Amino acid sequence: MKLTRREFIKSNAIAATAVAAGVTIPGISPVLAKSKDAIRWDKAPCRFCGTGCSVLVGTKDGRVVATQGDPDAPVNRGLNCIKGYFLSKIMYGDDRLTTPLLRMKNGKYDKEGDFAEVSWDQAFDVMEEKWKAAIKKDLERNKGLPPEELTSSVGMFGSGQWTIWEGYAASKLYKGGFRSNHLDPNARHCMASAVGAFMRGFGADEPMGCYDDLEHADVFVLWGANMAEMHPILWSRLTDTRLTKEGCEVHVLSTFEHRCFELGDNNMVFTPQTDLAILNYIANYIIQNKAYNEDFIGKHVNFTKTPTDIGYGLRPEHPLEQQAKNPGKGKLSKISFEEYAKSVEPYTLEYASELSGVPADQLERLAKVYADPDKKVSSYWTMGFNQHTRGVWANGLTYNVHLLMGKISEPGNSPFSLTGQPSACGTAREVGTFSHRLPADLVVKKKEHRDYAEQVWKLPAGTIPGKVGYHAVLQNRMLKDGKLNAYWVMCNNNMQAAANMNEETLPGYRNPDNFIVVSDPYPTVTAQAADLILPTAMWTEKEGAYGNAERRTQFWRQQVKAPGEARSDVWQLVEFSKRFKAEEVWPEELLAKKPEYRGKTLYDILYRNGQVDEFPKQKVTDAAGNVYDNDEMEDFGFYLQKGLFEEYRIFGTQGPKKGHDLGEFDSYHKTRGLRWPVVDGKETLWRYREGYDPFVAAGEDVKFYGKPDGRASIIFAPYEPPAESPDEEYDLWLSTGRVLEHWHSGSMTRRVPELYRAFPDAVIFMHPDDAKARGLRRGLSAKVVSRRGDITARIETRGRNRPPRGLIFVPWFDASRLINKVTLDATDPLSKETDYKKCAVKVVKA
Amino acid sequence: MADKRNNPGMASRRRFLADMARTAGGVALLGLGVGLYSRQAASLPVSAIRPPGALPEADFLGACIRCGLCVRDCPYDTLKLSELGEDVATGTPYFVARDVPCEMCDDIPCVKACPTGALDHTLTDIDEARMGLAVLVDQETCIAFQGLRCEVCYNVCPVRGKAITLEMRHNERSGKHALFIPEVHSSACTGCGKCEQACVMEQAAIKVMPVSLAKGELGHHYRLGWEEKRKSGESLVAPDVPHEYNLPEGQRYEHGGAGLIFEESANKTPFGKSALDTLNGRSAAQ
Repeated sequence: MKLTRREFIKSNAIAATAVAAGVTIPGISPVLAKSKDAIRWDKAPCRFCGTGCSVLVGTKDGRVVATQGDPDAPVNRGLNCIKGYFLSKIMYGDDRLTTPLLRMKNGKYDKEGDFAEVSWDQAFDVMEEKWKAAIKKDLERNKGLPPEELTSSVGMFGSGQWTIWEGYAASKLYKGGFRSNHLDPNARHCMASAVGAFMRGFGADEPMGCYDDLEHADVFVLWGANMAEMHPILWSRLTDTRLTKEGCEVHVLSTFEHRCFELGDNNMVFTPQTDLAILNYIANYIIQNKAYNEDFIGKHVNFTKTPTDIGYGLRPEHPLEQQAKNPGKGKLSKISFEEYAKSVEPYTLEYASELSGVPADQLERLAKVYADPDKKVSSYWTMGFNQHTRGVWANGLTYNVHLLMGKISEPGNSPFSLTGQPSACGTAREVGTFSHRLPADLVVKKKEHRDYAEQVWKLPAGTIPGKVGYHAVLQNRMLKDGKLNAYWVMCNNNMQAAANMNEETLPGYRNPDNFIVVSDPYPTVTAQAADLILPTAMWTEKEGAYGNAERRTQFWRQQVKAPGEARSDVWQLVEFSKRFKAEEVWPEELLAKKPEYRGKTLYDILYRNGQVDEFPKQKVTDAAGNVYDNDEMEDFGFYLQKGLFEEYRIFGTQGPKKGHDLGEFDSYHKTRGLRWPVVDGKETLWRYREGYDPFVAAGEDVKFYGKPDGRASIIFAPYEPPAESPDEEYDLWLSTGRVLEHWHSGSMTRRVPELYRAFPDAVIFMHPDDAKARGLRRGLSAKVVSRRGDITARIETRGRNRPPRGLIFVPWFDASRLINKVTLDATDPLSKETDYKKCAVKVVKA
Repeated sequence: MADKRNNPGMASRRRFLADMARTAGGVALLGLGVGLYSRQAASLPVSAIRPPGALPEADFLGACIRCGLCVRDCPYDTLKLSELGEDVATGTPYFVARDVPCEMCDDIPCVKACPTGALDHTLTDIDEARMGLAVLVDQETCIAFQGLRCEVCYNVCPVRGKAITLEMRHNERSGKHALFIPEVHSSACTGCGKCEQACVMEQAAIKVMPVSLAKGELGHHYRLGWEEKRKSGESLVAPDVPHEYNLPEGQRYEHGGAGLIFEESANKTPFGKSALDTLNGRSAAQ
């Protein structure tokens, strides 16, 4: 719009009058705003959950001053949840870490010292010394051993909130450089059970469907997912379909009443762990009524069963592990359809109803919608299934139901594992930063997979260890036992997350044999327990990429500089690699295979290998010609992010497991994300089905190509009881989880005053009769006590969560009420994921 | 806490000051007429909310002896006593929801403490309190109306689901999402102010107001028919005898229901509407 001088004066005058009168005049303020507003807008995915909403980030004078929901983003179309609304404030908490901090006494590192500011050089000096001492011991111990028997005492706990290249750089440094598989992400606490079931059922990780199922399903079933609070924008899509589509219905299953029940047509509160029985009942119902899709199961499915009585992932000496017949076993054996039918036969309506406490008519209504061939059903689940001592089983039992009906891999028919974290898929899973994985669904156990990774990484054959490393829970146990000594925690807050904190986490961090490094933007509970804290650049202070729950990879450019000395995680990893010469980390026999690496550093070998440093320093610009910083490019002298991504992409496009193709680096900066596999620039919406998936040939109809025979596995697994159930003394179930207002441990959202005010402290959600029976009432302080620890919080009987009698719910965002002192470190023995939803507690007056 | 614990001496000093202030104010305002003055003294600023059980403002001012006992017994430091120079009658108790809302104690200690009945002792269930009424005053600004998933006011409401509910509507702009619109119901809202305090906007979009200011009133000459029917449980006038209609074949009419209905089964064949449809496998039923 063009304004003449006269018009400008006039509009100014009117505006001034209007301001004085407290009136806004339409059409005036935008004109004035535009002339003053020098905000640069660029896109980025939201920093929080796995939904992957896109936002536009407004920067001015080197600071993020505003954000807006991206109206052109397909996921959220301009919308955000209340966390996303405050994105622009998360980087500006008063107590950002801006310089490395080391525990010191008398000017020297001391485990019992107080934190003092040091330079990056000093910080890396101490780290280098500790890492080298540990690796020297490892080299001695591993002398002459084959890759399958190598052990290591250096480790790292990473993140599903890492950018893709951060996870990839870490994986290379640990698995290829330090020869340690003790690299695991916090996604172990969140998605490991989902991964286990994907691999067992389909031979390939991540959902077959996408968010478009939300518009195409007739029936939605929520299994242990409080989407209303945890995936707010997806919930508003689901709700819209329920409101606008005739005949659409919503079934909600949970161990307590939550926000989703407000929409539900069939709401079911079941006794914890009995979801296993309900799912088997549905399979039984489908078979008894001959509703199954005979053609589909004949062509595309194998029937199998899994070993039972597998324990609870506790320490081996725990009585429950001693009693288990097949602790940790998961090898599938083939069975016939008839044998499968026989196995689910005991799961009658009466049995399932009695065990679960859900009225029979409601269970039958649920079974009927799955069994109706004319109804498209999408099932959604998150931590209710994944954080479960039989999590892999529970995920698999859901696939069983969908596979029996052939309700899979097509619009609206979708068993959909929702992701918690913004890049649990993109980084933790696709890059493979788990202790057993390599990029693009490869695993360390298989020699041909290690061979392939070594070839891409230009490493000597036999570099990558073949033994699965310590997973998240085991890392803490091994720190405590002194087997893991040099440990780096990056982009997560595990001291607030890991269960049984007092007995199994803190002792390892404070073990005098160990050196603990924590990289974070804020002084978290984990940072407080560290020996060295490294200040980290966050979100748009660096160039990044995330992959959301629907296989959508999204990029962003660096918008602003990090405060003070804070550096991105990728910078920290790559810079630290300069400290190690090949001779210091590898044995002579390995070096002999690549003598050209003698005298070279891990930086030279891993990141200056002709691939990662392929793209020279250049200007980063957008379509409008705006120029962006890239601090890592400035420091290392080449386009690090692009080089890492392009090398990583080789695994997907040329690796042994097909269907993991990502697009070229540059293409992502020009889109609001692409859903992989991306072949010839085209996205894939539904996997495994002809027409939708380029890897399914014409005439094949459906092909689960992750499996050698193209068939998915239906896996029978029975109901087995949880690790710890309420008894006379500890008479209540404890379930933990999140709330809409806070992200995970609250280290970002609790620093936003408005969000803090909206939900300041964790409360104990409790049934009013349970409170009354204990002489408690709403607002009073009470103690939640388990066999492992206790916390004090106020009772809430009127809140958003309405537990049944016998169960309480406590959110874990509150650093001053660490509910993980109370929770039990029992895991799914297959996925090693902790069950945060079930343990026994009592509640007493504080 | 200690400074809030008014001793009787303090209270009488406050009363003295209050009276003095009134006199001074009255003198200053003489030129404007005493009538205007008395109306002003009895009016309360919109942001000041009286404790639970407070009598209507004029009666309350008459009954309240400015003793401060309710303030002393408020466990959350919500209540304060108005001081000289404030717009609230000096020495009387009130709270500002945006700063510290009422926590709705089950045992209502402030009411119990009141020696005069200015706070009505018949109030024993805090859910029955009507301190004010929350009003979503700015629907233009409230982000819920734009489709953002906020709902903080709803989530913090102690009478959640009754005093504030969410109305779910289709989002015409995005086409794929729902709106979750907070709606306040005067039948259950106690005016505690938790919603106003927690509202994440720079200026709260939801505010607690005096009931008299917030509520409209339906004309006494009119009733809402469906509400009256709901209340009585049946039609106030006997329902119609069954209707019959002249209709072509394949159609029927539902009185009081869908209206005219084309019966699909009557038109259903396995063939399309045209030869091309039939050839391409598009049947009329699809």
